[in-house]
Amino acid sequence: MEMMSGAEMVVRALKDAGVKHVFGYPGGAVLDIYDALFAAPELEHILVRHEQAAAHMADGYARATGEVGTVLVTSGPGATNTITGIATAYMDSIPMVVLSGQVPTFMIGEDAFQECDMVGCSRPIVKHSFLCKKAEDIPVMIAKAYHIASTGRPGPVVVDIPKDVVNPKESHPYEYPKDVSIRSYNPTVKGHKRQIKKALDVLATAKRPVLYVGGGAIAAECSDKITAFAEKFNLPVTNTLMGLGAFPGTHKQCLGMLGMHGTYEANKTMHHSDVIIALGARFDDRVTNNVKKFCPDATILHVDIDPASISKTISADVPIVGSIDQVLTDIEAHLEVNPIELDKDAIDTWWQQIEGWRSRQSLSYEKSDEVIKPQQVIESLYKATNGEAYVSSDVGQHQMFGALYYPFDKPRRWINSGGLGTMGFGFPAAMGVKVALPDSVSVCITGDGSIQMNIQELSTCLQYGIPVKIITLNNQALGMVRQWQDLIYQGRHSESYMEAIPDFVKLVEAYGHVGMRVSDPKELDAAMEKCFAMEDKLVFMDIIVDQSEHVYPMQIKFGAMDDMLLSKTERS
Amino acid sequence: MRRILSIVLENEPGALSRIVGLFSQRGYNIDSLTVAPTDDETLSRITITTYGDDHVIEQITKQVNKLVDVFKVADLTDGAHIERELMLVKLRAASAKTRDEIKRTADIFRGQIVDVTPNTYVVQLLGTSEKLDAFIDSVRQETEIIETVRSGVSGLSRGEKALRI
Ligand SMILES: Cc1ncc(C[n+]2csc(CCOP(=O)(O)OP(=O)(O)O)c2C)c(N)n1
Repeated sequence: MEMMSGAEMVVRALKDAGVKHVFGYPGGAVLDIYDALFAAPELEHILVRHEQAAAHMADGYARATGEVGTVLVTSGPGATNTITGIATAYMDSIPMVVLSGQVPTFMIGEDAFQECDMVGCSRPIVKHSFLCKKAEDIPVMIAKAYHIASTGRPGPVVVDIPKDVVNPKESHPYEYPKDVSIRSYNPTVKGHKRQIKKALDVLATAKRPVLYVGGGAIAAECSDKITAFAEKFNLPVTNTLMGLGAFPGTHKQCLGMLGMHGTYEANKTMHHSDVIIALGARFDDRVTNNVKKFCPDATILHVDIDPASISKTISADVPIVGSIDQVLTDIEAHLEVNPIELDKDAIDTWWQQIEGWRSRQSLSYEKSDEVIKPQQVIESLYKATNGEAYVSSDVGQHQMFGALYYPFDKPRRWINSGGLGTMGFGFPAAMGVKVALPDSVSVCITGDGSIQMNIQELSTCLQYGIPVKIITLNNQALGMVRQWQDLIYQGRHSESYMEAIPDFVKLVEAYGHVGMRVSDPKELDAAMEKCFAMEDKLVFMDIIVDQSEHVYPMQIKFGAMDDMLLSKTERS
Repeated sequence: MRRILSIVLENEPGALSRIVGLFSQRGYNIDSLTVAPTDDETLSRITITTYGDDHVIEQITKQVNKLVDVFKVADLTDGAHIERELMLVKLRAASAKTRDEIKRTADIFRGQIVDVTPNTYVVQLLGTSEKLDAFIDSVRQETEIIETVRSGVSGLSRGEKALRI
């Protein structure tokens, strides 16, 4: 057996786990690991400027590829700086492994310099965590960490490694496990046959069905099967914020996003449906609005890999626990032997009703000759990128404009913090995407508030040549906060102005990149083209947009799904 | 409604804190908790008594089951089961009359006096939580309760049903 130090084992185990990129930042507790990394140039390390960004980069990397993102940080502040990033990944079920340094085992509990109980701090926001107490355990723990992060309902895993465990002067036998099996961990993949039959019996009686597709469908990598299923029965489809792209956004059966800022037709269709087929969606409060008024006529068929997501907020009539991919395969097989047909007249009538709702054009907005509308920026971005970019987003109005005005035809193209709503996520996530897929076009849609939460990474982009495009909808305000203050607080804009916004163009230039400012609507499209023509450059577009614009539709609090404001003056 | 949940999990550091953390994080209450290794020392068994309606208990069960260390979770109160709790009670026992009364009450409850000093008795009692409560209620009429300690509930299902892996 090969002999090596604990530090070398960490690096070697990462390679054996298939890791190609590590996002990290060194410090005392991990210097031995960094020294081992120095001798392993094939493992590409990206030195960030803040550990939170490392976690978001690993997260974006994972969302774009489905592979596990990897983070390496030191003990204490290095570890705690990743917490927001871990929580973000946890809420959206993103596979990630965070290796954190720890003080030596014999000092744990003594309030040693840079000691922090990382396993304890991260416990509520990880899928699992390990404290590695012996060098011999390193390969198995790392193998288990990658296995747990990427199987079942994916999620982040922390591996906390005390400094004495990676002592370069000691030597231990190294063996990476061929298979990982964890006796207490066996996620259900195959849906129950009887439940599948029951679900199809219900579907056969549907007169007003709808397919409600969430982020789980993206993790399950089965967009083709979802599309085939939807087309077979001519079902209307709505995607959640996390599910955008799981079903093609430009497909004629696609009603767009549902929920708080969902389209009129998506929310209306949900509310009036008689059968909802939920695939990898979790009836989140940003979708359901008031659960007591949620879709009164609907029988709910719910497919999810996580039993705890079923009947949590809305009770399912036919629960199916399993991977959506596997369940759709089984459905197909079942239908071959026992075909069902939906009532064609009923479905036609249903579509007529839906087209009626659609004709209300809830996403229409008024353009102006003087000032750029934020919606218009996203439409211009869509044109300039042929709808094929990987679009990461921060959190705020710009995020909703991105979700609504950039229809995604493919999964993994829309990358945003849906569950935790983390401002500061978008830019590092876009960097992670670009590192994973260097030939892709990676864009970050952001606001003047959000971008300042991780703007230091401009420096990382210069160091490693990560030419992402940053599209800032600069409304000189914390727009989403301001919108709520307009609607709920009679326009009292308490602390939602960003005073002293920096000159972003000068700022990015100082970091060695290209900055552009656009404020004339007539110049927008040309500027956008110019930005994307500079393929090898990081371009920061500071686009001055109408500050008074709101995101519509918007559900009315405590109402049903379809209780919406459609503009400043119209209600549904 | 009061429920008794039985959990079999890996006997590993951190496993218990994950269970306890999950309860507080999701706003479930823990009324009592016992934990110890099983006959197989690589496994621990936890018994938790909690309160909740069917929906809450279903969520708790699913969330606990989701923890990587957990093998199995069962709601013992779903079927026929045995539950036991151990209690030690230190009582003021200074006069002959009080000593007699305590002895009589302890006998009725099948308790034993396991420590005697000139001024105190310690009574040991085993039974359901209800029985322990009843003992406390009656002995309180007779003398001063100096301190009590209870083990929390342990339980098993009756018959063939078992939580094995
Ligand atoms: C870390 C963090 N802090 C606070 C919030 C609350 N919040 C949500 S949207 C928003 C405003 C975002 O402003 P900006 O990035 O400028 O985007 P805009 O809404 O103007 O498009 C705030 C403060 C959050 N989501 N994340």
